[in-house]
Amino acid sequence: MAVERGDNERYRTLARRTLMLGGLQAGMISLLVGRMYYLQVVESSRYRMMADDNRISMRLIAPSRGLIVDRAGLVVANNDQNFRTLIVSEQTRDVERTLGVLSGIIQLSASEVERIRHDLTRRRRFVPVTVRENLTWEQVSMIEVNAPDLPGVIIDVGEVRSYPLSDQAAHLVGYVGAVSEDELDDDDPVLALPGFKMGKSGVEKTRDEDLRGKAGTSEMEVNAYGRTIRELSREPGERGRKVVLTIDSELQVAAHNRLMQERSAAAVIMDAQTGAVYALASAPGYDPNVFSKGIPADLWKSLLDDETTPLINKAIGGQYPPGSTFKLVVALAGLESGAIGLDHSVTCNGTFQLGDHTFYCDAYKNGGHGTLNFTEGIARSCDVYFYDVGNRTGIDAIAKVAGLLGLGDRTGLDIPGEHPGTIPSTVWKKAHTGEPWYAGETISCAIGQGQVAATPLQIATMVARLASGGRAVVPHVTKDISGEELPAVEWPKIDFKPEHVEAVLAGMRAATDHGTGKDIQIKEPGMQMAGKTGTAQVHAYTVAERDSGQIAKVDDALPWKLKNHAWFVGYAPEDNPRYVCAVLVEHSGKFGAQAAGPVAHDLLLLTQQRDPARINVSAGRQAEPT
Amino acid sequence: MAQITFNEPEPRLSGKIKLLPWIFILLVIAVGAVGGGALYSAANGSFLPWAKPQLIRFGMSLLVMLAFGLVDIRVWFRLSYPAYVVMLAMLAGVEVAGKVGAFGAQRWINLGFVQIQPSELMKIALVMALARYFHARSSEDAKQIRTLVVPVLMILMPTAFVLLQPNLGTAIMLLLAGASMLFVGGARLWLFATVAAVGLAGAPIAWRSMHGYQKRRVMTFLDPSVDPLGAGYHITQSRIALGSGGLFGKGFLHGTQSHLNFLPEKQTDFIFPLLAEEWGLWGGLVLLGAFALLSYYGIGVGLRSRNQFGRMLAIGLSINLFLYVFINTAMVMGLIPVVGVPLPLISYGGTSMLAVMMGFGMLISVLVHRDIKISRRYPLGD
Repeated sequence: MAVERGDNERYRTLARRTLMLGGLQAGMISLLVGRMYYLQVVESSRYRMMADDNRISMRLIAPSRGLIVDRAGLVVANNDQNFRTLIVSEQTRDVERTLGVLSGIIQLSASEVERIRHDLTRRRRFVPVTVRENLTWEQVSMIEVNAPDLPGVIIDVGEVRSYPLSDQAAHLVGYVGAVSEDELDDDDPVLALPGFKMGKSGVEKTRDEDLRGKAGTSEMEVNAYGRTIRELSREPGERGRKVVLTIDSELQVAAHNRLMQERSAAAVIMDAQTGAVYALASAPGYDPNVFSKGIPADLWKSLLDDETTPLINKAIGGQYPPGSTFKLVVALAGLESGAIGLDHSVTCNGTFQLGDHTFYCDAYKNGGHGTLNFTEGIARSCDVYFYDVGNRTGIDAIAKVAGLLGLGDRTGLDIPGEHPGTIPSTVWKKAHTGEPWYAGETISCAIGQGQVAATPLQIATMVARLASGGRAVVPHVTKDISGEELPAVEWPKIDFKPEHVEAVLAGMRAATDHGTGKDIQIKEPGMQMAGKTGTAQVHAYTVAERDSGQIAKVDDALPWKLKNHAWFVGYAPEDNPRYVCAVLVEHSGKFGAQAAGPVAHDLLLLTQQRDPARINVSAGRQAEPT
Repeated sequence: MAQITFNEPEPRLSGKIKLLPWIFILLVIAVGAVGGGALYSAANGSFLPWAKPQLIRFGMSLLVMLAFGLVDIRVWFRLSYPAYVVMLAMLAGVEVAGKVGAFGAQRWINLGFVQIQPSELMKIALVMALARYFHARSSEDAKQIRTLVVPVLMILMPTAFVLLQPNLGTAIMLLLAGASMLFVGGARLWLFATVAAVGLAGAPIAWRSMHGYQKRRVMTFLDPSVDPLGAGYHITQSRIALGSGGLFGKGFLHGTQSHLNFLPEKQTDFIFPLLAEEWGLWGGLVLLGAFALLSYYGIGVGLRSRNQFGRMLAIGLSINLFLYVFINTAMVMGLIPVVGVPLPLISYGGTSMLAVMMGFGMLISVLVHRDIKISRRYPLGD
């Protein structure tokens, strides 16, 4: 054991330093252990959450939109199956070949193929790319049959809104469309789903939150590339609630079809007692089925440019001078203000003089109506009678009664797009023009001209409030939501003297009995109506035109936009008011009794024959499609 | 090697086999099996593409280890300088070929069943050369600064080549292992303090010479949030994998971070988080403990050897193993920047495995031949 000289010392140094290194190692290992303890024990729950955030992706499942049905349970807004075909590039060996085969079935245009290729290159290989939406059943079966030649092509079923009544109830039911940027502020996350549609007009918009339903959620496990590995849990959404309308869709369709005989018209049929709207028609309309799939730009432009304004719901959004229908307001205002009594008579010789201005009556050429009492003033719609009453009553008393009858402000109908109309007054004029009111303006307003403007819905509401014996009826189109009846309202009495209201109604009965509306009276026993005609001038006749006695010829020569509006508003049965109907024929160029009256006749007759007040869902409920 | 004659007779083969450290060998096999299991899991429960080739390579490496262990330590002693010179030449060649060739950095040598980087073998060759150098130096010599010129050059030359490749992880390992050898060999302590001070002062210069990706790694290490989707993503996902594993882990084949591919390079440099995610803190500690045992065992082997070459060789190889494990685990835990050092015997790839197993083989050889004395001036004469 001859240990070399110096080796002992060398060994001692080595051993000492090795132990130092070993200690350093132990320290470094402790550092690792401490770090592992910190990560895996102290901070573990935080990292576990981050790991779950990594792998779990929440997906929203779009809820099925609630149906809209009419009062009989007939569906007016439905969910149709939307068959789409998609392609998954990783499942098809040759995309070009597959698209070629597919093109033989559904005729893909060059631009479509271009878009699909673009989408395929941008998405990950396992993400399906939409090839075409809204396939017909034949196309779906063809694709299914050719499945072996179409690897990676899948058919997917979505939902698309459909409107069986098409343009016949377009304005009323409305349509759905893509969610716009500012609508996204709504805190419902379902709105952010790609392709989600929300109500854009009509009942679809007003009741959107009820119809929308609640989104379901699906927890998916995804990998780092976003590919779904499996579903961890699923919470089904809640389908939207069913909205039942007060509308009688058969009556609605009849009203629309009747209006389509005119170039541009609107009609409202409502319940005089409850305010339930049975039909709300505006013609021409548009096809909302096209809208819910996305509106083609050229169609949109042609609808916008059309002077008959098919996009506007004229029944609630069109403001027209009410013409002689406004005389009902003036008559009641005269009585209520005490300016005239029930026995007030006026002698009409064709003109009315105020200062140095002459106002004419329609009967001017025939030497006037002669002496008329209150009832006959309404029945024969004598302008001079109402010039006189208006002049005595004053504009502010007229405006007050107009307001009580629902004019000059939105009635509060539960669909969007209503306009307030205009009822002028001294205060109104001061506020709008800064000028004082002139007595002569009252004369024009007394026959529903001048600044006075109202929607067909307001005119119908006005008559409902009279026919109900002076109740503040408010029109509405929603009957119940998911079986939850909207609270039935006992409309409050308006502070009118009953005999005054009755006197006005008597005037309306006389009008259809022997007055301006006698030719359009309903002949069926027990269904007679009471009503008021109206002819609203757009063009102011010159004295020469009036003196010529050829006003009809003058009218015919006017451009459409300047022709008179024809009005008729009535209720039936005349002895037991139930149904109110207001009809406006825009720029008809004819008298109310000639153009609007026959429409109202047809509609009120049909309404009474159908008696929609008796129809309700429980009687006519239909199996709800799932 | 028949012409080589030894002063002391070589022990008989049967005697050597009796001396083999079976517990050490079993521990190595156990760690290798853990590696196979981890790679099986990394492939979502499949032997392909990683676990099977890795296990085959491990089996071959195991034979290499045993064979190396039975080779007389004096053979390793004599091969020390030639091995170093050959590896240095290959590193230089790789560097030249890498510059000349059109295929970018060519770091590989094909050994048939495994391709290996010269830089990996250099880690062993450097330890051998330094061990031999200090074997011939007395403790007085080791205190002389001029004595240290040669070994410092022996360390810096391969480090420079490796840095040029560029391979920061290996360069750091060569430097630290070399420095440890000088320390154990008896160099004066104040030298290390001076070098550390100069190193700190020279850090800005080193920073300027670093490659863009290396700088980015350091920056990202200092603040992972600067690049959450790029380089920082690795560190963040690695920490999430570790942390979410918790105390007992998510279970074998149930790691979400690794199986859903959130953890990048999970089969190579980031295999430790995969293990720690599935086996938890306890699994990670057991593996770290196994590595620590292997390393300390090697140190113990060194301390028991009766020749300076064997002592320094065993200690150097043990430090080398420790550096592998520490740098890899510290980087995946976010303690140090990501420098690209694999976890030996576990990470997929033959390079580090073969190098580490060769080292283990020499370690065994030191153990088996621990009583053989080698003259300071051997083989020039006694």
